[in-house]
Amino acid sequence: MTTPIETDVVIIGAGPVGLFAVFELGLYDLKCHLIDILDRPGGQCAELYPEKPIYDIPAWPMITGQDLTEKLLEQIEPFHPEFHFNRMVTGFKKRDDGRFEVVTDENEVLIAKAVVIAAGGGSFQPKRPPVPGIEAYEDTSVFYSVRRIEDFRGQDLLIVGGGDSALDWTLNLQPVAKSVTLVHRRPEFRAAPDSVNKMFALNEKGELDFQVGQVKELKGADGKLEAAVIKGPDGDVEVACTRLLPFFGLTMKLGPIADWGLNLHENLIEVDTEKFETNIPGVFAIGDINWYPGKLKLILSGFHEAALMTQAVKRIVSPDEKVVFQYTTSSTNLQKKLGVA
Amino acid sequence: MTKLSIVAFDGTRFDIDAENGSTVMENAIRNSVPGIEAECGGACACATCHVYVDDAWTEIVGAPEPMEEDMLDFAFDVRPTSRLSCQIKVRDELDGLVVRVPERQA
Repeated sequence: MTTPIETDVVIIGAGPVGLFAVFELGLYDLKCHLIDILDRPGGQCAELYPEKPIYDIPAWPMITGQDLTEKLLEQIEPFHPEFHFNRMVTGFKKRDDGRFEVVTDENEVLIAKAVVIAAGGGSFQPKRPPVPGIEAYEDTSVFYSVRRIEDFRGQDLLIVGGGDSALDWTLNLQPVAKSVTLVHRRPEFRAAPDSVNKMFALNEKGELDFQVGQVKELKGADGKLEAAVIKGPDGDVEVACTRLLPFFGLTMKLGPIADWGLNLHENLIEVDTEKFETNIPGVFAIGDINWYPGKLKLILSGFHEAALMTQAVKRIVSPDEKVVFQYTTSSTNLQKKLGVA
Repeated sequence: MTKLSIVAFDGTRFDIDAENGSTVMENAIRNSVPGIEAECGGACACATCHVYVDDAWTEIVGAPEPMEEDMLDFAFDVRPTSRLSCQIKVRDELDGLVVRVPERQA
């Protein structure tokens, strides 16, 4: 376990609302650390729709998810937020001194006076294909990511998917595996053309086997996979395999946050509409992840919630200080913090 | 108004008067058709509003655009009649359209 990081606020989720929270908190001198399961900021804007236009951000008649993320990063730059990417929050507890301890799946410990959950639709996790009985093989024969290439040495691999993950791992694991079968539902791929060409070249040389189809059934026992039935254009084909790597993109799940003892409303976190605080004092939820009467899942709602949450967090972090509300247009104090005065 | 029938996996049939220009997904959500999740809200960024277009209608509805075809890779039990319902816009020619909801979404 590494040395604990002490900070004012831990923000879980680096999507647009988590990023803007850094700005609002920063104006009140509150230092933030952000944790996100993705490898970059932007949340759904980065993962689901970087190129898609958004039309309801005030003063931006049209902006893409990617541009919105970049603008927010520029806006919060003066406050030097610290990011922890590729991390999922696994542990959470209130300490005796009133602060919170947040632990990531890489065993980093962060100690904060307030925790802000801005986790959107939840954490992105690999999609499990609805092949009957697949759960029984997970972590023994079925893997949704590759941690160590060596784990796949000498195995008969079945890789499923048509994007970059599927193609990259097909090419990277082919030299160490005993055999590789790639299955995709059509002969066209989303992956980079260069990888696709390489894959087809290996296929022609007989060094791997590409099949058009979809996995229908798994065969084996006690978590040990032996074969998969592929439904192809000419009927069912059985492929012998000891490892299955399905790459069907990501879905969002609330994850371990569900076990923190927070009041939930249909998988969303209940908050009040004054401070956007949860039933655990000092823990706040803003953006798509929260629920209150009249809630609308809009980015602009999350921005508003970030501003109100900040007032409450400031009172927690600096209980003896009078919280003075100021405007960035007129306050030289705020302008100094932004580096413009 | 254009008549639309969405058949849930359990066979329950939802006959809907749909407005031209709306999507089949929007009508499914508005009428609480089970099995249409539409996680991304109609941005063609997930594959959770997957439907099978009735054989009699596939030609009139038309084929998916390349972006939708890419997203269909994330759906399950994809068939030649598969479409994402958020990408089917209701119009006069679709009066009487029948689509079926698959057993599960991705």
